[in-house]
Amino acid sequence: MVEPAKSLSGDKTMAGGVTSKLALKRRSSAAGRVIGEPAVIRWLLIGAALTYLGLFLFVPLGVIFVTAFQKGAAFYLASLTEPDALAALRLTLLAAAIAVPLNLVFGIAASWAIAKFDFHGKNFLLTLIDLPFSVSPVVSGLVFVLLFGAQGLWGPWLREHDIKIIFAVPGIVLATMFVTFPFVARELIPLMQSQGNEEEEAAIMLGANGFQMFWRVTLPNIKWGLLYGVILCNARAMGEFGAVSVVSGHIRGLTNTLPLHVEILYNEYNFVGAFAVSSLLVFLAFVTLGVKSFIEWRFGNQLAESEGS
Amino acid sequence: MLLKQRTILPGFNLSLGFTLAYLGLIILIPLGALILKTFEMSASQFLGILSAPRTVAAFRLTFGAAAVGASLNLVFGLLIAWVLVRYDFAGKKWIDSLVDLPFALPTAVAGIALTAAYAPNGWLGQHFAALGIKTAFSPLGVTIALTFIGLPFVVRTVEPVLQDLEAEVEEAAASLGANRWQTFSRVIFPTLVPALLTGFALAFARAVGEYGSVVFISGNMPMKTEIVPLLIMTKLEQYDYHGAVAIAVGMLIVSFMLLLFINLLQWWSRRKA
Repeated sequence: MVEPAKSLSGDKTMAGGVTSKLALKRRSSAAGRVIGEPAVIRWLLIGAALTYLGLFLFVPLGVIFVTAFQKGAAFYLASLTEPDALAALRLTLLAAAIAVPLNLVFGIAASWAIAKFDFHGKNFLLTLIDLPFSVSPVVSGLVFVLLFGAQGLWGPWLREHDIKIIFAVPGIVLATMFVTFPFVARELIPLMQSQGNEEEEAAIMLGANGFQMFWRVTLPNIKWGLLYGVILCNARAMGEFGAVSVVSGHIRGLTNTLPLHVEILYNEYNFVGAFAVSSLLVFLAFVTLGVKSFIEWRFGNQLAESEGS
Repeated sequence: MLLKQRTILPGFNLSLGFTLAYLGLIILIPLGALILKTFEMSASQFLGILSAPRTVAAFRLTFGAAAVGASLNLVFGLLIAWVLVRYDFAGKKWIDSLVDLPFALPTAVAGIALTAAYAPNGWLGQHFAALGIKTAFSPLGVTIALTFIGLPFVVRTVEPVLQDLEAEVEEAAASLGANRWQTFSRVIFPTLVPALLTGFALAFARAVGEYGSVVFISGNMPMKTEIVPLLIMTKLEQYDYHGAVAIAVGMLIVSFMLLLFINLLQWWSRRKA
């Protein structure tokens, strides 16, 4: 299941999207007098919604920052710059730097094949691409242990050749690739489907080669959807905990990603340190949400409707 | 030939070939290992692991807490979507963006933040403790974490439907003498049902597999506050591969049934629309 994306699909051109939104706004404000709720009910509903969000979002978010700075800015900075934290940051960036581009290439290839061509077994392929969304993160890690672990399928062979995958960096990268696998493809497939084949066909008929067609026609059409998918993929890659936790072995300075480093600090009762490192990840989440909101606001009509699965 | 029709577009073989190769390497071979390992077990061994009291307790807690969390999000998700679509208030844009936070925030961070907030001496936990309610380190704590993780789903499935709702329909209902509550319950609500159910199922499915945000707040006591993913983790740490695999496969079967249900729902709601 993909994270439901909020989007205003339908109109193909920007101008069309803007007018239709304006028209909608005008109409609803005129109609508001006839079909709206009394002010008291309105404020009660807003209050209830905000209370719920407060209990589950705002207060926990506040706790992070207040605790992170409890022992002052110097301690905060020290928590972020100690060697183990820096090693964890490097590994997190490395895993994302491998997983995101590979899944990006996969996303483009899969969406090109699925959206532009009609072939047998397409729906089955779509279901397979969605698989990682319905697998618990812990199970995502478990399957790699079954393959590469000491008692795994290929464990003895790997040991003979002195290759370490589980409890080492390759396992972490593989687990990250597994959980972030569908993100870009899931965003691009409906988008490319909604755009049809005409523009690419025109390019080919006018003599463009495959690369020129992709670079000049397809890519400009999908770039915002692509960025949208990449930003969600990256957030998951950098934040993944369960799957990575299974394959990492929690070796400090070697196989700890930032989320695993947070867990270790927390379990050692170094709460302030744990929240200080967490604040970095919250910052990443804010950047993700910011870029996501910006794309939805500015280019919402160019994104595909991908709510639901 | 796999293609159903002729086309002048290039790159079919290349793109499909790469897609299948990558899918096979990253997803299918690893999942195949899981199935292979399952067939190493006898049926009685498999069922024995799944029916062990500790496994049953973990399944009951996981699915129970996920259902309660998804139900809470069903009610409040509708409320939040309604407020965000229909009303204007200060900071609405910010709040709208923040609803997606559970998607973007790493689960481990969510886990320790919720634990700190709901611990007996935490900002929220102390008020519940004063009332004699234990929030963190109890089944209620598991429910809180699973509610957090499923929060955006219903909001995001209902929002676009509410936005597309024609004002004329409500005006017609009002002009025919319906009061506001009748208009909502008989006109607006029925059109939202498919979106609500989809959001509920997505939130539920996500919550069932969730690990990171739960392990900190649950306290992880076997039989009491141990969720299924943690039980898999524990079996794995004890090198009980068969135990881990059996429970994982049991969970996968349930997840696939959920996925099927969600697809049916979406097919049904598309047909209605």
